[in-house]
Amino acid sequence: MALADMRPPIESGCPDGFQYMHPVMVKNYGNWHYHEHPRPGVLLHVAHSGDKIWTVKAGTQRILDVFTLRKLCQIGDEQGEGFVRFTLRSNIEYMVADEAKVEPLIKALEDAGFVVGGTANSISTLSHTQGWLHCDIPGTDASGVVKAMMDELIDDFKNCRMPNRVHITTSCCQINCGGQGDIAINVQHTKPPKINHNLVSNVCERPSVVARCPVAAIRPAMVNGKPSLEVDEKKCICCGACYPPCPPMQINDAEHTKLAVWVGGNHSNARGKPTFQKLVAAGIPNNPPRWPEATAIVKQILKAYREGARDWERINDWIERIGWPRFFEVTGLPFTKYHVDNWRGARHSLNASTHIRF
Amino acid sequence: MADKHHETPMLDELENGPWPSFISGIKRLRDQHPEKRIRDVTNSLLGQLEHSYETRKGYWKGGTVSVFGYGGGIIPRFSEVASAFPESKEFHTIRVQPPAGNFYTTDMLRQLGDSWEKHGSGLVTFHGQTGNIMFIGTTSEGTQHFFDDINEYGWDLGGAGPCVRTGMSCVGAARCEQSCCSEHNIHRKLLNRFTDDVHRPALPYKFKFKVSGCPNDCQNAIERSDFAVIGTWRDDMKVDQAEVKAFVAKKGRQYVIDNVTTRCPTQAMTLNDDDTLTIDNRNCVRCMHCLNVMTKALSPGDDKGVTILIGGKRTLKIGDLMGTVVIPFMKMESEEDYDRITELGETIIDFWAENGLEHERCGEMVERIGLVNFLEGIGIDVDPNMVSSPRQSSYVRMDGWDEEAEKWFARKQEEKRARA
Repeated sequence: MALADMRPPIESGCPDGFQYMHPVMVKNYGNWHYHEHPRPGVLLHVAHSGDKIWTVKAGTQRILDVFTLRKLCQIGDEQGEGFVRFTLRSNIEYMVADEAKVEPLIKALEDAGFVVGGTANSISTLSHTQGWLHCDIPGTDASGVVKAMMDELIDDFKNCRMPNRVHITTSCCQINCGGQGDIAINVQHTKPPKINHNLVSNVCERPSVVARCPVAAIRPAMVNGKPSLEVDEKKCICCGACYPPCPPMQINDAEHTKLAVWVGGNHSNARGKPTFQKLVAAGIPNNPPRWPEATAIVKQILKAYREGARDWERINDWIERIGWPRFFEVTGLPFTKYHVDNWRGARHSLNASTHIRF
Repeated sequence: MADKHHETPMLDELENGPWPSFISGIKRLRDQHPEKRIRDVTNSLLGQLEHSYETRKGYWKGGTVSVFGYGGGIIPRFSEVASAFPESKEFHTIRVQPPAGNFYTTDMLRQLGDSWEKHGSGLVTFHGQTGNIMFIGTTSEGTQHFFDDINEYGWDLGGAGPCVRTGMSCVGAARCEQSCCSEHNIHRKLLNRFTDDVHRPALPYKFKFKVSGCPNDCQNAIERSDFAVIGTWRDDMKVDQAEVKAFVAKKGRQYVIDNVTTRCPTQAMTLNDDDTLTIDNRNCVRCMHCLNVMTKALSPGDDKGVTILIGGKRTLKIGDLMGTVVIPFMKMESEEDYDRITELGETIIDFWAENGLEHERCGEMVERIGLVNFLEGIGIDVDPNMVSSPRQSSYVRMDGWDEEAEKWFARKQEEKRARA
């Protein structure tokens, strides 16, 4: 195509959401009074005007084929009112102003294989990254891990039996595109990258790769007469940060790329300030297609949380109250030297007191 | 259906179990789609994915693909095993900005699906972790055609690479009683000021805006964005004492003591003998817990605005960072307020573009140069709301103390005059 035939873009940016919003939501924008939770998967919002809107939330496979997308639309037209939105965890929400539509909508979604739930103190859909399906640096799959885990956790998506909401996330490399979660299942590499020295000088901008290393373990070197890079394996923390800018520094390994589980990440300011997740388990095999070892640990943690936490305690609130020694006791997970953070700025994570629970 | 299929014994395992299966979805395209191109590309994709499952490695490589006039917005993917799986050898993702609040009509979703089916694989995600609609899988040529198609009816590409990224905002004022600002207007005003920086990557690294309507921060803005806007209020929270009494009558005093008053992080609530609540609003930190539990009885106040935190990000390179308070409170009502917030965005992005190192997020730059230098760079005065506590180390040169103290008193005078 000649340049003259190319179509210049319309730089319209972020579209206006009001054009796609349910009319009751437009009318009562900024004037909502309170909400109720009539049953798992359903929210009722009441406006100061007295108007009401019901939301039915459902989990999907997230990677949608157009047939599934059309099925979701058809349900929205036939049983809903044609207005939907997607949550941060890729659940679909149908908004209706007519209460009589709620039950038929739930039935249509469930009949089509979708899962109604994910509200309040349930386990919502795992948020996930792209994994082997589409990422250029993944240590594991993402959609597959989520499918395998949600098969096991589905009853707690459909019910509200947890002390508070549970957000679980996954990340398929240590850059960690997945966010903080009450529980996070993330890739953890355990060996330094394997370097293909024949390719480095042609593929990689070497100074950028050197600069990318968090612990300054990479330096330029001549290998077999070619300019390349070498890694000080004593310093290397096996994070894989060099791999994206330099694909010949392969970090992924069928055996040594493992999974680690982190808990207590919480974005909300409710009760305490937002918290980062903390390491609790590692060395977990990256075991497709169903990752049973990782799922077993997640279920162990969830069981202890459900039995031990008080109403409204998120996982971080619960552990704050019972203490980390008790957490390792009730989950049966080992506490190792790898749990102790050991750089200058991490001193605040050491116990400089006699506050000990016996 | 005479198509020959790659064997997928491991992926087939992901068709078992009650949760909806993405593998079954991809197979539906492979087996039932009328167009041979889509049947072939999804068959090839499944073949490569099965190969990844067997060898526990990924086989996609990046590259450079965009549309005419832009420099980003596409995640290019070329297969390293294209000889075995040639039909999906180019499998680029197109990032498209969703409407603020992620609202859609079913008609619009259908229209997007129809366009995508014409030019791509038929696989789509609402939404990726950055917040984009992810149209997964097309060729370089399909990228341009699909964009030309949807751009005509109101959709534009999101950010990819070192640029301002697609923004996100919660459901907000559209359906939430806790909303303290017009999330969608703030989101669009900010993002659409930086459209050029979204489409033409020229910054040190990515820069994200996220807007949450209240401190519950459902959009994960503090931890996941460089520029977090969180709705809040500065007058007294509203208490409907009749509803408080009704709540106590329904749930019991013990429940209210255990789950509301004693959970207040600053002990700012008392349950009185007559089952009403007394709130110490001066010490309320707007954590939202009591409002979340008693949604009908307790509400945010009327004097609403936003808190802005700068520098949140995920692990690479120096570890996870939360944003830091840079604006404790600003009103978000008038045209001037909206201009002020976009100007703040401009100032911060300009300063970071000048001073950030390559591949250094804004928060990492703040960590490297110190918050005080950053504040001086963007022309904002220090405020005790920006710290959890004052410094603990005496190893600092303080011969400018008198001038700095004078500035504080002058500012306080100025605030007093402004209030009068």
